[in-house]
Parts: sequence; C-alpha cells; structure tokens
Amino acid sequence: MSAVIDNHGHAHDDHHADHGHPPGLMRWVSTTNHKDIGSMYLWFSFIMFLMGGVMALTIRAELWQPGMQIVQPEFFNQMTTYHGLIMVFGAIMPAFVGFANWQIPMMIGAPDMAFPRMNNWSFWLLPVAAILLVSSLAVGGAGVGWTMYAPLTTQAGPGMDLLIFAVHILGMSSIMGSINIVTTILNMRAPGMTLMKMPMFVWTWLITAYLLIAVMPVLAGAVTMTLTDRHFGTSFFNAAGGGDPVLYQHIFWFFGHPEVYIIAIPAFGVVSQVIPAFSRKPLFGYASMVYATSSIAILSFMVWAHHMYTTGMPVAGQLYFMYATMLIAVPTGVKVFNWVATMWRGSLTFETPMLFALGFLFLFTLGGFTGLVLAMTPVDVPLHDTYYVVAHFHYVMVAGALFSALSGVYFWLPKWTGNMYDETLGKWHFWLSMVFFNITFFVQHFLGLAGMPRRIPDYNLQFTAFNQISSIGAFGFGLTQLLFLYVVLKCIRSGEKAPDKPWDGADTLEWTHLPTPAPYHTFENPPTVK
Amino acid sequence: MSHATPTHNYYLPQPAAYPIIGSTALLLMTAGAAMWFNGSSIGAWSVLAGALVMVYMMVLWFGKVISESEGGLYTDRVDVSYRWSMSWFIFSEVMFFAGFFGALFYARTLSVPDLSSIDNKLLWPDFTSAWPSSGPYLTDPFTPMAAWGIPAINTFLLLSSGVTLTIAHWGLRENRRGVLNLWLFLTICLGVTFLGFQAFEYGHAYSEMNLKLTTGIYGTTFYMLTGFHGFHVTVGTIMLICIWFRCLKGHFKPDHHFAFEGVAWYWHFVDVVWLLLFVVVYWL
Ligand code: HEM
Ligand SMILES: [Cu+2]
Repeated sequence: MSAVIDNHGHAHDDHHADHGHPPGLMRWVSTTNHKDIGSMYLWFSFIMFLMGGVMALTIRAELWQPGMQIVQPEFFNQMTTYHGLIMVFGAIMPAFVGFANWQIPMMIGAPDMAFPRMNNWSFWLLPVAAILLVSSLAVGGAGVGWTMYAPLTTQAGPGMDLLIFAVHILGMSSIMGSINIVTTILNMRAPGMTLMKMPMFVWTWLITAYLLIAVMPVLAGAVTMTLTDRHFGTSFFNAAGGGDPVLYQHIFWFFGHPEVYIIAIPAFGVVSQVIPAFSRKPLFGYASMVYATSSIAILSFMVWAHHMYTTGMPVAGQLYFMYATMLIAVPTGVKVFNWVATMWRGSLTFETPMLFALGFLFLFTLGGFTGLVLAMTPVDVPLHDTYYVVAHFHYVMVAGALFSALSGVYFWLPKWTGNMYDETLGKWHFWLSMVFFNITFFVQHFLGLAGMPRRIPDYNLQFTAFNQISSIGAFGFGLTQLLFLYVVLKCIRSGEKAPDKPWDGADTLEWTHLPTPAPYHTFENPPTVK
Repeated sequence: MSHATPTHNYYLPQPAAYPIIGSTALLLMTAGAAMWFNGSSIGAWSVLAGALVMVYMMVLWFGKVISESEGGLYTDRVDVSYRWSMSWFIFSEVMFFAGFFGALFYARTLSVPDLSSIDNKLLWPDFTSAWPSSGPYLTDPFTPMAAWGIPAINTFLLLSSGVTLTIAHWGLRENRRGVLNLWLFLTICLGVTFLGFQAFEYGHAYSEMNLKLTTGIYGTTFYMLTGFHGFHVTVGTIMLICIWFRCLKGHFKPDHHFAFEGVAWYWHFVDVVWLLLFVVVYWL
C-alpha cells in the first residue's frame, strides 16, 4: 500500500491524470476537487458579502436623517430587498457550503465528495444566479422585500421575473449541493467512523442538507406560483379568483423558518469544533448535541406562522404557533448549555477563532431571547415589522452565523493555506466587529420598541439619534471587514509557516492525520478510525 | 510513484466542462424567458438556444456516465452513492409537489370558504362558497373535470405501467433479455398513451368545457398540478426510452443496473403522485 498522504497534486509532469488539473482559469471552471470548489464558494461568498454590504450602507446612509436625502423610495426598497436576498442566499449559505466542501471529506476520511462533477455544477450555478440578480436590478429592480410577498410581486415590473429565476437557480444549486453532502456523509466515511463518532460539524451539515432538500423545492414552488400569476392568469394569490395572497406567506414561511436554521445549524457546527479546541476538552454532551440539533430541525417545520401573527389567524392557530415556537428554545438552550459546559474548567486560550466563537455565543443567545419575545403573539403584534425584528434577526444571522463563519475561517486558514494569520490583526478584527456590530444593532431594539417601522426610507424626528448611532456603527462594521480581507490576503501571501496542528485541543482527522497545508488530494486511502 | 497502483475503490472523475455548459444554457433560458414574458421576441430564441445547449450538455454528460459505467468504473460503493442520491432527489420532488397540493388544500378549506364568510359580504355579497370554484369575481361558467372518464382510464394505464415495468425488471434480474426488452417497451407505450389522453383531455377542456388555466383557483390548481405531473411523466417516458435503447444495446447486468432501477423508482413516484391527484383533484 502507498502512503496515506499524496503530495503530487500540483506536479505538471504528473502522468497520472487523476492527480493533475488543467492550467489557468480552466482549473477553476472545470475542477472536480472539493478543496478548489470549497475555495470558490468561500470567495464567491465574500464578494457577495461586500456587494450586500454596500447596499446595507446605502440604506444606513439614507437613514442618517429623517426626510429623503440620497435615494428614491423605490430604490431604497430595492436596496432592502437585494441586500436581504444577497446576504442570505449569496453570502451566508455559500460560505457554509464552502466549509462543507473543504472540511467534510477531510473530517470523515473520504477522498472527495461523492459526486465531484455535480459538486462543480452546484457552485457554477451561483454566478448565474448572481448575474440574474444584478441584471434584475439593472432593468428597474423589484422592491418587494426579500420575502417576496404577493400581491406586490404579482404587480412588480420585469425585474421580478429575473428575481424569480434567480431563486430557481439558487434552489437547484442548494438541492444538488445538499444531495452531494448527504450522500458523502452517509456513504464515504472511513472505516470505524460511525455516525456517532462524526465531528459535530459533519452532523450539523447532515441535518442542514436534509432541511435544504426538504424546503428549497417548496420555495421554488412558491415563486413559480408567483410567476404563473404574473404571466399566465392563474389565481393562486388572487382573491378575485378564489386564491389568497396570504397563501403565499404560508408557503414562503414553510420554507422560511427552516431556512433560518439552514443558516444557523452549520454555524452551530463550526462553533462546536472551535470551542472544544480552545478549551482543550472534548465537546460536552456530544450525543445530546446531536439530538438537540435534530429536534431543532424537526420543530422548525412546525412553527412557520409565527411570522404571520398579524395576518388574521384564528386564536387557536396563534396559540399553537406561539407554544410550538417557544418549544424550540428548549433544544437551543441545551446547545448553549453544552457549549458553556465545554469551557467549564477547560484550559482556555483566546485566539481569534475562539473570540469569534465566544462572540457568537453571547450575541446569538441574545438574539434567541429576542426571538422568544417575538414568539409571544400579543407582544409580536405591535413589534411585527418594526426595527425590533430587524435587531432580532441580525443578532442571530450576523453575530450568529457570520461570526461563526469568521471563527471557522480563522480556525482552518492554517490548514487550508499552510500559513498562520496575523494574530494581532485578527484580534483587532474581532474587537472592532464586536463593538461596531452592537453599536449598529443594539439601538435598533429601542427603535423598534418605540415603533419605528422597517423598510421605510423616512422616519419621525424623535428616532434621529438612535438612527445616527446605528449608521455610524454600520459604516464602522463595513470598514472593519476590509481589514478581514487584508488579514486573509496577508496570511495567504506572507503568513508564517503553520505547524501541522497549530491548535492544541483540535482532534479531528484533518489536524491529526494530515500535513499542513492539506495536500490537493487527501485520504485516497482511508484512515482507520478507532 | 507511490500511486502507480489504484489505491482507492471510489471512482473520482477528471475535471469536466459539462457543468459550465449547463450553467450557460440555464442563463440563456432564464434571461430569455424573462425577456419573452415581457414581450420581447428575442427572448423566445434565447430560450430555444439555451434548451438546445442544455440537451447537448446532457447528451455529453450522460454519455460519459454511461461509458464509465459500462467500463466498470462504478464499484459497489459508487452504486450506493447513486442509490442515496436518487432517493434524496425523489424526496425533493415530493416536497415540490407538496407545495402545490398544499395550495389546493388551502384553497378548498380556507380561502374559498373565507371569501363567502361574513367578512367579505360587503365586497362580494352574492358569493357562496362551493367547490369547484373560480372565485367571487371570475364568474364565467365552466364545467369541472369529471373523474370517471379519461382520468379513470389514465389511472388504470399508469398502474398497469408500474406492473409492466416490474416484470421488465424481473426479466433483467433473471437475465431474460427478451422479457426485459418487451415489457419495457410496453411500459413506454402505456406512458405515451397516458400522455396522449392527457393532451386530449386538455384540448377538450379548453374547447368544450370552458375550463382554462385562467378559470380561477379551480383552473389554476387543476392545470398546475396535472401539468407538473404530466411534465414529470414526459421526463419519465424519455428516461424509459433511453434505458430501453441501452437494453437493446446489451447494457446492464443482472446485478448491476442502477440506471434502470433509478428510472423505475422515478416512474413509481410519478405513479403515486397520480393516485393522489386522481383522488384530490378529480374525484373528491
Ligand atoms: C429561539 C429561537 C428563535 C425564535 C423563538 C425566533 C422567533 C422569531 C419570530 C417570532 C419572528 C417574527 C417576528 C415578526 O416578524 O414579527 C422572527 C423573525 C425572524 N427570525 Fe427568528 N427566531 C429564533 C431564531 C432565529 C434564528 C436562529 C434565525 C437565523 C439564523 C432567525 C432569523 C429570523 C429572521 C430572518 C426573521 C425575520 C424575517 C423577516 O420578516 O424578514 N431567527 N423570529
Ligand atoms: Cu421563524
């Protein structure tokens, strides 16, 4: 048998075509290598993050003062719409698929993903969707909100059609990617790697992929109904024909609530790798983590109408959705408890990945609390569609999912690039992000409680101070992310050489069985897991 | 070299250009459709071009997969991957249909009854809720589709096709190629006949019954559900034809024929969807 590690990935004279790749651009266009594809996902995600960020800053600039300053109301609405869609589908989701691509094969001891060519297609559908989104904006856009509620969408201009097709393509990409991930996890594990020995990150992706396969087709159905209502005279969302615009909301949120867990669960996974590594202790309550994550996934299908308390539901419905929603806090609480218990009496150190994981822990929990507040029907009725909701979901999606992704990037960068990042700059990145994030979003709770509605370019005079604080925070947060870009580029180009296992407490296969940087092909012979 | 001998038993393909061709095709199709739906005739040509590129890509990609399979590259481990992935793909299809069935359920139990409730009396005083309904405003009279004519025959055809396909599969497993080719052919005939009847039914509905896609929520759910199902039967029939030609060429072994089984799973899935359709769209 040959050595476990194969180091010939980049050799040009490699006769074994299996191990080479075409030169130049074609390497990236045609690649079937999970590491190449993972990198493309991550870079794509970062570019989308910057694009969505510019849109967010446009919103915050307009909201600097009451009255109309720099953009038209229609354009303002388009900014909130495309900002939401781009961040959710273009930045956060692809970032975690990038992690899945890089990490899952290495963490379960597989030579690659189960379907490398389909893996390539999952990625190369994303630029198509991005082109459609941008051209949608160029032909006049559709300021319908990222939730794309009917009947506004059935009346919007041609930009709406491009938006709908973009959602279709994103759905195709997610479904193909997820089928690949599930199959890889179920069928490609190294001997001895039983399901209950899998690293937590792999578990969270198994569950996430299941959610994606279940709900992306439903979203595709919803936007298809919008399309036929627009152009072919169907009456899904048209009361005159016996349909109902509220039907759209039901279908959308049947997708939408699981979707927020599609974003949150892989974030849980990353944090569940990072916290044990820097506590130098195994994850506390591994089995309960698996069960809690699975029950979150199942419950997430049964709570969708907590987004619709104000649409005129029967009281019985409101009560059911209220209690079911609050139930999700139980497994979520189990997870938070386990992360804290993992740190209990650990020998903790606070390198950048750990800092971001802790930032996640504090702020995600806070976002969970405001979620519980919103879950209560009588409280939600006045808070719905105010800035309180905006604050809630930015705590879970930015300080939750995005911080977790940043933690993961710092954690695995040494393994990916072979170099260490600059720890001082990394810490600056964390603290600036942490401070500016809270400046931006904490005050939005007060704005919402005071009654400032979301998705409106103008506001009453008394909201000015908090809005100005929020805008300052937003610009600070945006600029800080350029520092992140600098740290990553510096790490790739001139970082110090990293050891095979830079983190004491890391114990998954990519750290214990592979050199740094991870070679182009890994685990062609599966390792044996005890 | 350390890896002169194959060291892993999982086939990993070379870099490939099929995906980027497919993405290009989708861009042409979607951008074209958006133009077309908004009144630009170039759009239709773009859709056509995209569809042709897509077919070209599929012929190349599937051709490659078939040659790899016949070349013995697909070990049992790879076979298991195909099984998992096809199962999950069918699950995603189930969820797609669930969305449309959900819309039908919602219309029948919630939106139509609500529209005749006290809340809406001011707007539509004369509307009384019943099913089938085309809503309070679209009052053009129409005839709903009855269950016991063509739809019942179609149910019979699809159920029989499930049986014929199973006989063909059994022939393949016993290595009785004559049985395989014949019964697979019969399955295709049943599928095509189903589609013919379906097309006839649509024509009849449009010309004689005034039942159209625009006939309120009844027409909407009727055509969208049966239409998407019909589309799936079409795809399934094309897949059956492909594997039939492969059978004629002598492809597949008694113990190694996932392409056949995958198509069979898909066909049975389409069959089950039809049964549900027959009950909730035509019958009840
Ligand atoms: C304990 C857990 C959670 C509870 C109880 C909860 C509850 C809620 C409720 C009741 C709303 C509706 C508020 C309204 O529109 O009036 C809401 C909105 C939202 N939540 Fe959560 N949530 C939780 C966790 C999460 C997580 C983990 C995410 C994402 C990572 C998330 C993302 C969102 C988003 C994006 C919205 C706003 C959607 C929109 O209207 O645009 N939530 N949440
Ligand atoms: Cu929700």
